[in-house]
Amino acid sequence: MELKQFVFYIFALLTVGSAVVVVTVRNIVHAAFALMVTLFGIAGLYVFLQADFLAATQVIIYVGGILVLILFGVMMTSGKLDMKLKLERGQLFWGGLVSLLLFLLLLPVITQTPQWEVADDGASLEPTTHRIGEMILQKEFLLPFEVASVLLLVALIGAALISRKEVREEE
Amino acid sequence: MTLHHYLVISAILFTLGIFAVLTRRNAISILMGIELILNACNLNFAAFSRFVTPPTDLSGQIIALFGIVLAAAEAAVFLAIVLAIYREFSTISPDETDTLKG
Repeated sequence: MELKQFVFYIFALLTVGSAVVVVTVRNIVHAAFALMVTLFGIAGLYVFLQADFLAATQVIIYVGGILVLILFGVMMTSGKLDMKLKLERGQLFWGGLVSLLLFLLLLPVITQTPQWEVADDGASLEPTTHRIGEMILQKEFLLPFEVASVLLLVALIGAALISRKEVREEE
Repeated sequence: MTLHHYLVISAILFTLGIFAVLTRRNAISILMGIELILNACNLNFAAFSRFVTPPTDLSGQIIALFGIVLAAAEAAVFLAIVLAIYREFSTISPDETDTLKG
């Protein structure tokens, strides 16, 4: 087996294995840290897909932003250290059944997808940042870019408004 | 590595995320499941961008970037709502917060 393939399988196993830990472990802090490993694994897979800018963005925004936000949420909402997650038997059974059926539904879809393969296989690796910037700022993705910035502003104001303490005025 | 490898990884992540959303009884764990689902989507976009479109066309990667932006906004609003619910009910189990009256 080639070294490259070996590394790919390591990243794939890391991603899937830690995702299993995320959904099964009972301690929510452990789940958050397992999610961090999953996100790093996906960043590694992006590198295999020659998406270097996407991998860097994944690490910065997911691991540096969203995961820290999740940990803050865990700290502020688990009052008396009740971080253990309760699971109900029946819910576990039906949830597992539904997700298994969904996976079995997805598998034939995947096997019917044509088996594309890339010929050059990393021989002509060049940075994607320049081209992504060009496509966003000069070509067809300018409008979605602006809409995304407005959406971020709305989310910022909304989050601050919802989570602030309510101040009641004296009557 | 073919396209199928990435699609299978992404399908596994997607179903695990669905499983978390269906079985977890803590809102933040549900958010983790949603993040897994969004990551599976982004991985699919990046994989198709690499294998199907010519190397000069990076539309798939850009859509994955927008997906990351949306996930960030969604997580911020989600956690703000969870904090407000916790302040009101002292719990964030979706089963117990079943009234809309403040």
